[in-house]
Amino acid sequence: MTQPLLDVQELSKHFGGFTALDQVSLHVGKGERFGLIGPNGSGKTTMINCISGALLNESGRVLFQGQDVTRLKPHQRTRLGIARSFQLPRPFSSMTVLENLCIPLEYAAKERSRLARRQEEAMAILELIGLADKAHDHSGGLTQIDMRKLELARAMAAKPDLLISDEAMAGLSGSEVDEILDRLFTLNERGVGVIMIEHVMKAVMRFSQRIVVLDAGAKIAEGTPDEIVNNPLVEKAYLGE
Amino acid sequence: MRIAPFWPLAAATFVIGVAATFYFNEYYFVAGYLVLQGLIMATAWNILGGFTGYVNFGSAGFFAMGAYTSVVLYTAINPPLFVVIPAAAVVCGLLGLGAGYLTLRLRGVYFAIATLAMAIVLETLMVNWEYVGGAIGAFIITEDVPFFASYNAYLFVLMLALAIGSVALARYLNFSRIGRGLAAIRDDEVAAECAGVPTLRLKLISTTVMGAMMGVAGALYPYFVTFVEPVSAFSLIVAVNAIAMPMIGGTSTWVGPVIGALLLGSVQEWTKVNISSELNLLIVGVLLVGFVALAPQGIVGLAQKFAAWTREQREKRRGDDSATA
Repeated sequence: MTQPLLDVQELSKHFGGFTALDQVSLHVGKGERFGLIGPNGSGKTTMINCISGALLNESGRVLFQGQDVTRLKPHQRTRLGIARSFQLPRPFSSMTVLENLCIPLEYAAKERSRLARRQEEAMAILELIGLADKAHDHSGGLTQIDMRKLELARAMAAKPDLLISDEAMAGLSGSEVDEILDRLFTLNERGVGVIMIEHVMKAVMRFSQRIVVLDAGAKIAEGTPDEIVNNPLVEKAYLGE
Repeated sequence: MRIAPFWPLAAATFVIGVAATFYFNEYYFVAGYLVLQGLIMATAWNILGGFTGYVNFGSAGFFAMGAYTSVVLYTAINPPLFVVIPAAAVVCGLLGLGAGYLTLRLRGVYFAIATLAMAIVLETLMVNWEYVGGAIGAFIITEDVPFFASYNAYLFVLMLALAIGSVALARYLNFSRIGRGLAAIRDDEVAAECAGVPTLRLKLISTTVMGAMMGVAGALYPYFVTFVEPVSAFSLIVAVNAIAMPMIGGTSTWVGPVIGALLLGSVQEWTKVNISSELNLLIVGVLLVGFVALAPQGIVGLAQKFAAWTREQREKRRGDDSATA
C-alpha cells in the first residue's frame, strides 16, 4: 500500500472528564473523497480540529504526507497543505471577496509572489467556484450560499492537498446543495483529497468513496456508502434500537 | 488611502516645523509638543487597536515607563537624548512583547482589562521606588542647547522628527504584508490562523512596535516638564487621548490617528488657554461619544463614504445625460 495522504493514529481527546475522541484511527488517500459522519456530539468537529491544529490531542499522532504534524500550529499545517472551511462562515469581513482569497495566497504560499499575480490566482479560484462576479463586493454582505462558497474558495486559495469541508451544506436548499457538491467534485478532480463532514446524507453518500462513522467518540463503522447504509450498528447509532 | 506623496510632504512638514521655531514664541512649541506627543501615542495605539483589533487601555503605562526610563538614565549617568530615546524604546518594546503574550489567553474586553491592570501595577511600582523619586517625584535639569531658540524649541523639533518617523512606520505596516496579516487577525483570528497567518508572531510584532513607540513618546516628557511624579506620568488623559484620537480620526488606516490627533490635540490646547484647562476631558468625552455613536469609522470613514456617494451621483448624472441625449 502506498503512503496515505493523512494518517490519524489512535487519536484521543478529552475535555475535562468527557471523552470526545477515544483512540480513533483513520486515513485518507491522495485525491480521495472521504466522508466523516456521525450523530451530533459524536466527535466529528473535534476530529477535524485535531487534524487542522485548532485543538491539540493528548495521545495519538497525526501524520500528513508521512510527516508528523501532531505538534504543529494551524498555520504551519495550512502551509503544508491542510486547509479547512468553517461550519459557520468566518469571512474577513472588512475585506472584499478577492482580498479574502489573497490572505492565504500570500501567507500559505511556499514562496512569495507579486500582488498582481495573487489577484490573478484569486480570480481564477473565484471563477472555478462561481463567485467571480462578486470579487469586489464586501465579504460581510454576502448571502449564505455565497459565504459557503467563499469559505471553500478561501480554503482552496491555500493550495491544499487535503481540503476539510465542515458542514458546507447545512441549511442550504436542495439545488444549492447540488451546486456546492459540484464545486467539491471539480476541486477533487484537480487532485485534492477531500474530507466531507456533513449531515446532509444524500450529499455525503453521493460524494464519498469511503466513509467513517463516529459515535460517542469512537469509530463504529468504515466502508463504502453502500456498506455504511446497510450497517446495523450505524442504523442503531442514528435511530436507536 | 493615498493623499499626496508621503515623503515630500513629511520633509516639508519637518522643514516648516524647524523654521517656525525661529519665528513664533515659546507657547506654540509647548502646545505643539503636546499635540505631537498625542499624535505618536495615537499612532502607536492604532497599530494594535486599529490594525490588529486588540484594545489597549494601559497606554499611560507604556508612556510613563518611557518617561521613567529617562528618569533612571538621567539619575544614573545623564546621557544625551539620542541614547535616552532608543533606551526607552527598548524598555517599552519589551513591555509590549510581554503584553503580546497576554493575547495568547486573553481576547476582547479581558485583554483590555489586563492592560489597564498592568498600568496600575507599574504605577504602584514607581510610587514605591525611591531611586526615581517615589511618590514625591524627580527633577530633571536641562541645559541650554546650541542652534535652537530655546530648549522647548529643541524638544519640539525632536518630537516632530519622532512623530514623522512613527507615522512613516505605521504607514509602512498598514500597506505591507504584515499589515494585511494584522487585518486578517482583526477580522477573524481563527480564520486567519487557518489561512496560514502566523497570528502569534504578528501579534507580538504589533504589541512590541506599539510599546516601543509609546515609550519614545514618553522618553522626552521628563525633559519637557522637568519634573516627573507618578500621578502625572500615568495620567488618565494620556490613556484616554490615545484611544480617542484614533477613534475620532478613523482606525482602519494610518491617516486616521494623524487627523484625530491634530484635530483633538489642537482643540484641547485651544480650550486650555481660552476656556478652562479642566474642560479638556469633558471635550474628549463628548467628542468620543459622538463619534462612536454617529460615525464609528471616524473622519476617514466619513470621507470615504462621502467620496463613494459623490462618485455614485456623478455616475447617475452621466447615466441621465446619456439617456436624454
